[in-house]
Amino acid sequence: MRGSKILLESLKKEGVDTIFGYPGGQALPIFDELYNEKAIKVYLVRHEQGAAHAADGYSRSTGKTGVCLATSGPGATNLVTGIATAYMDSIPMVALTGQVPTSLIGNDAFQESDMTGITRPIVKHNYLVKDVKDLAQIIKNAFYIANTGRPGPVLIDLPKDVMLAEADYVYPATPNLRGYKPNTEANKNQIKKAAEMIEKAERPILYVGGGVMLANACDEMVKLAEKINVPVTTTLMAIGAIPSAHVLNVGMLGMHGTRYANYAMQESDLIIAVGARFDDRVTGKVADFAPHADIIHIDIDPTAIGKIIRVDLPIVADSKSALRDLLSAVKKLEHKEWLLQVEEWKKEYPLKYIDSDKEIKPQYVLEKISQLAKEDTIITTEVGQHQMWAAQFLSFTKPRTFLTSGGLGTMGYGFPAAIGAQVANPGKLVIDIAGDGSIQMNIQELATAVKYNIPVKVAILNNGYLGMVRQWQELFFGGRYSSSDIESSVDFVKLAEAYGAKGILIEKKEDVEKALKTAFAHKGPVLMDFRISREENVWPMVPAGAGLGNMITEGLA
Amino acid sequence: MTKRKVISVIVENQPGVLARISGLFSGRGFNIESLAVGETEDVTTSRMTIVANGDDLVLEQILKQLNKLIDVIKVTDMSEESHVEVDLALIKVEIKDPAHKSDIMTTVGIFRARILDVTSDVFLIEVTGSEDKVNAFIELMKQHGIREMVRTGTIAMTRTKIQK
Ligand SMILES: Cc1ncc(C[n+]2csc(CCOP(=O)(O)OP(=O)(O)O)c2C)c(N)n1
Ligand SMILES: [Mg+2]
Repeated sequence: MRGSKILLESLKKEGVDTIFGYPGGQALPIFDELYNEKAIKVYLVRHEQGAAHAADGYSRSTGKTGVCLATSGPGATNLVTGIATAYMDSIPMVALTGQVPTSLIGNDAFQESDMTGITRPIVKHNYLVKDVKDLAQIIKNAFYIANTGRPGPVLIDLPKDVMLAEADYVYPATPNLRGYKPNTEANKNQIKKAAEMIEKAERPILYVGGGVMLANACDEMVKLAEKINVPVTTTLMAIGAIPSAHVLNVGMLGMHGTRYANYAMQESDLIIAVGARFDDRVTGKVADFAPHADIIHIDIDPTAIGKIIRVDLPIVADSKSALRDLLSAVKKLEHKEWLLQVEEWKKEYPLKYIDSDKEIKPQYVLEKISQLAKEDTIITTEVGQHQMWAAQFLSFTKPRTFLTSGGLGTMGYGFPAAIGAQVANPGKLVIDIAGDGSIQMNIQELATAVKYNIPVKVAILNNGYLGMVRQWQELFFGGRYSSSDIESSVDFVKLAEAYGAKGILIEKKEDVEKALKTAFAHKGPVLMDFRISREENVWPMVPAGAGLGNMITEGLA
Repeated sequence: MTKRKVISVIVENQPGVLARISGLFSGRGFNIESLAVGETEDVTTSRMTIVANGDDLVLEQILKQLNKLIDVIKVTDMSEESHVEVDLALIKVEIKDPAHKSDIMTTVGIFRARILDVTSDVFLIEVTGSEDKVNAFIELMKQHGIREMVRTGTIAMTRTKIQK
């Protein structure tokens, strides 16, 4: 069988039915094979970065491994930001790249780039297939690596001659990876110790990260929280792991988290960290972080444990199995006083904003979106102020419904990710909360959305600024708005129409609801341009380098 | 407090593995003192001996990060085991005055080093042993003048436990 055919047969064995891709010379044998392949649908994007983010959104919204495909050289390097985005957030993805024929590798051949070299620090693993006989086994390994343990992207570089070469095809039953054995079950003694620590603690808190989402362990986590009655704070990556309205949920912690989540962390005497990694956006100044707390850290990745913060009890395990074990090991607990204290903070320091009748406030738009959206609506975001407002003001009830680039903070992520999520979830409402800066980073994907009638809705919170940059310049750089004013850079309605999509301009508060209803009812993709108050800031905020207890809020007294 | 650790890493004998390891050290800012690679008794694997420096937290991360690499089959922290370490250096030592010759040769004898080549003004000396021993020898030779030097970096192996 030909290499390109072995590739597709192997992909099908891994359950792949969707690929986001873009062709080019060295990938032609693969695309030619795809031409006749009925069981795999290829979505032709308009920029390879879009393909990588779409595969990522496809994965985040389903848990399946997303697949993207690009040609060698510039096509492959265009994937890089998308691969790095997936890597930082531990998203299972397989990126396939065409490569120049093996005889030319290393010669600076036309459209050659050393993809295994370039992506080495941003993939879980990568392969250059030099012999067609290895192809099927490599694909088996790649999918196994991508979606077990701590998931992540795997790149497979496919030289053209290997795709054209012939070999016998037998799909291997198992990966052959003697150096890779993810540890999924928690050590029983450690679980017992954890249960003891939890039973002794007076002010415990569950600090939940994206790992819980990736392990599909949200149910177990909520059950544990309810059994031991502790507040739950989530990172940006874990929003949706516990319903926003759940009494125990104190929302997101960290730089733009809620005051009450941060206070609860700072005052706690036991942090139960699950699938979280103590990122600097979460801890603030490490030396001042949760000074009274012992820490139990559950993570599938041993390197995440003890990397930033000393941990009293490390548990290396899959969150799902560890939480299940912990759930049966702990007694039912109350923590009345502690929860009362948290409740008081909630009342005293709610997330708030000053609404206006003259201007559209971004938070107002988001509240309206939450009112009009359905339970299973999937939200993606770009990166900036709008992303933080979305994390703060939207409400969620289900896991895998909030897709955002947390670790890398990639502007341009949200729109192609929404396309990927919509492809995976054809019946659901998918909305990208965008900024006027970010949306222009992958705006070309409007063509993809229109061509395949992928009915994503984009809500641009248009402040005419690279708003998050402007906010930092206002607060920390004396108000010198260096290269952050992008006002009236584009007429988004005309732009949408130019691509054949629907565009709606919203300049008045009273039009917000109507526009959203129109957009949600529309059968195709829609770009909504909400002209919001220009210099609104994201509050509260822990300034970079300060402790979590030192949140600032201005103008919201 | 900065400590020194000798780490033995069995890896898949495949192209690109060395780059993964060295990339890990440079990308994460880990300090590497030496790295020696070579074949093992099994042709499908290579063994790397890495000497790294750092505080406890960093050294623990190094071990974990090495383990995390897919192509790494086994990581052994030699500092936790009874083991032997050997470093090898080739040194060209200047003979500034023929009268120094016997002095150098005496030192070579004491260190069980070997003179591999000699010209009128240079001894080419091979010295092996622990890193400390090799360092001490080099210090002594500096008085005479070292024209050129090359070192393999430490390689290490655990002692076989004697069955009683
Ligand atoms: C690709 C990329 N380039 C630069 C940045 C730095 N950055 C972070 S937020 C931001 C501004 C985003 O502007 P916009 O999309 O309009 O969102 P807003 O903050 O105004 O809501 C920039 C430039 C980034 N995160 N990603
Ligand atoms: Mg903006």
